[in-house]
Amino acid sequence: MNYKVDHLRELEAESIFVMREVAAQFENPVLMFSGGKDSILMVYLAHKAFYPAKFPFPLLHVDTGHNFPETLAYRDELVKRFDANLVVGSVQEAINKGLVSEEKGINASRNSLQTVTLLETLEEGKFDAAMGGARRDEEKARAKERFFSHRDEFGQWDPKNQRPELWNLFNGRKHMGEHFRVFPISNWTELDVWQYLAMEQIPLPSLYFTHERDVFRRDGILLADCEYIQKKPDEVVFRENVRCRTIGDMTCTGVWESEASTLEDIIQEIATTRMTERGGRADDKRSETSMEDRKKIGYF
Amino acid sequence: MENNTELLRFTTAGSVDDGKSTLIGRLLFDSKSIYQDQYEAIEKVSARRGEEDVNLALLTDGLKSEREQGITIDVAYRYFSTPKRKFIIADTPGHIQYTRNMVTGASTANVALVLIDARHGVVEQTKRHAIIASLLQIPHLVVCINKMDLVDYSQEKYEEIQEDFESFAAKLDVKDVHFIPISALKGDNVVNRSENMAWYEGATLMYYLENVHIASDQNFIDARFPVQTVIRPYNDEFHDYRGYAGRVAGGSFKIGDKIMALPSGFTSTVKQIVGPSGDQENAFPPQSVTLLLKDEIDISRGDMIVRENNRPDARQDIDLMVCWFDHLKPLNLRGKYAIKHTSQDARCIIKEIRYKLDINTLSRNQEDLNIRMNDIARIQIRTTKPLFIDAYRKNRITGSVIIIDESTNNTVAAGMVV
Repeated sequence: MNYKVDHLRELEAESIFVMREVAAQFENPVLMFSGGKDSILMVYLAHKAFYPAKFPFPLLHVDTGHNFPETLAYRDELVKRFDANLVVGSVQEAINKGLVSEEKGINASRNSLQTVTLLETLEEGKFDAAMGGARRDEEKARAKERFFSHRDEFGQWDPKNQRPELWNLFNGRKHMGEHFRVFPISNWTELDVWQYLAMEQIPLPSLYFTHERDVFRRDGILLADCEYIQKKPDEVVFRENVRCRTIGDMTCTGVWESEASTLEDIIQEIATTRMTERGGRADDKRSETSMEDRKKIGYF
Repeated sequence: MENNTELLRFTTAGSVDDGKSTLIGRLLFDSKSIYQDQYEAIEKVSARRGEEDVNLALLTDGLKSEREQGITIDVAYRYFSTPKRKFIIADTPGHIQYTRNMVTGASTANVALVLIDARHGVVEQTKRHAIIASLLQIPHLVVCINKMDLVDYSQEKYEEIQEDFESFAAKLDVKDVHFIPISALKGDNVVNRSENMAWYEGATLMYYLENVHIASDQNFIDARFPVQTVIRPYNDEFHDYRGYAGRVAGGSFKIGDKIMALPSGFTSTVKQIVGPSGDQENAFPPQSVTLLLKDEIDISRGDMIVRENNRPDARQDIDLMVCWFDHLKPLNLRGKYAIKHTSQDARCIIKEIRYKLDINTLSRNQEDLNIRMNDIARIQIRTTKPLFIDAYRKNRITGSVIIIDESTNNTVAAGMVV
């Protein structure tokens, strides 16, 4: 008998194992859904992990109010397909309630405001484990994450005092008020995700494929022209064939010149590209340690 | 479209300044796994610090305090792939107070990569790391003698260190040891063959990693299936569906196999195996599947499905080798702790501390039984209920436990069943 398992199937098995541990160890888990390919992958893995039962946790979407309309349409379609429950945390509502205030100026973004809404929504729903689609290959602070990542009662991450994580024994014990972030696809790389999405023929939002869009250039990055971004006088809008490599909200997601129209094209493009996927994320460029700083206070 | 690449997990270990981070940076750089923007970022930082070469170590030192101190203080995971294999590196600290992280990285590795500074030879940290690799039963050990450029690529020096290491390693439980002379900084024998060491005829590190045989690293003989959760859809279409979800921890299961459920001892037959892509004929490690049985028997999380004629030990008195992690509290003889084993949760009491292992001489110290952070000890525990265990040597999954402090909830020890 041949006992070989290829790397995608091994990663799949690992992620399913982690999701089942979450369902077994926590009372009220939730899957954070951003609309990006990683969280789409997570939803499909969750479906496989508990099939033919429904996956035993709702999806949580932190809505910045600055989403690509395509993202919301895709989200609602997905929720219908899997008959899932959806919880939405609204940044706009947090602004209205005065919990946070909108950033000002040319690079204003609601990215950092998401953390407050996320923590608030987790608390409101009494969620004790929030699964996210973060991957260790994305960013240097994420490279140090555990699968089960402990958060104190303020939602903070203490990277210097993480629980050792051995074998496949995940320690999800916690005190009242604390919660866990769990990252089932920690070990996947960007290329793994695309290869898997192609292998499984998973439908994706149209934003990931080449389309014509009004864009402008800022700090070397192409941004989609939209009402949420204030342009400088010298920034000119032009039309270009582009696609997204990551999907965040419109204010901080760069788009790439690309002609890739199929998953195979995308895989080809990524295999030969010389830029990281978060290279287009304005939120990461704020400082050398912006992800670490945001993660410590409770960002995704 | 199925891919044909295997996954290899390896861990790197070495003392502070052995050049681990540089070596990983070199592997990533020479295998063209570094993106242009990453390279530009570290180029900028290196220049700002006034360093002559681009400091490849900056690629892996992720956290702020690490970049300030220039040492790696937590496990960082790195990924790269070649057409043959996908690699996951657990880059672990050499600094003594963070040894627990090295154990973490080592627990799932197929290969341990131990680095030795050619100028200093085998030092205490080298021994500690080799012992941990042996304790954690990492199947393959590759010893990279680094900074060969600083000893004039001397064959004599290399052989002296190799001999030193071998005489030490003879006392260890490692089956497969391999030596490679390298310079991570200059790139000798990492991905490309060295032009400075014509006397070395062995493989480069990359060639070794791409070709080392890992297909039989797992136990495919003794069938073990710890049940994680029970799947009951509660809908009309799957009215009587009752599936046991879990990840195969050993051996293989196929449709028609007679099985036994522990602890109940009830027997039945495998009726159906549901995998991520639908029904499958058989299941083996590391697959996550759902087993359906012919008979309705009571099975829940923490139970284990095995073969009737090949069962693990169901025991409450268990001998363990432990590595202690807690920096605040030492191991408390007669203390009570929580314990996790496969999908089982139990409590345990520390009944006896038999000895502490001296990591320099490998001798057993029965005088000083104070077990503090980074100590390795042989202990006996008694659990509140039977655990279904195998010796760690036989199965790394069913032979391992973690011990948890019930007041802090911290994982305070890794234990391996003797």
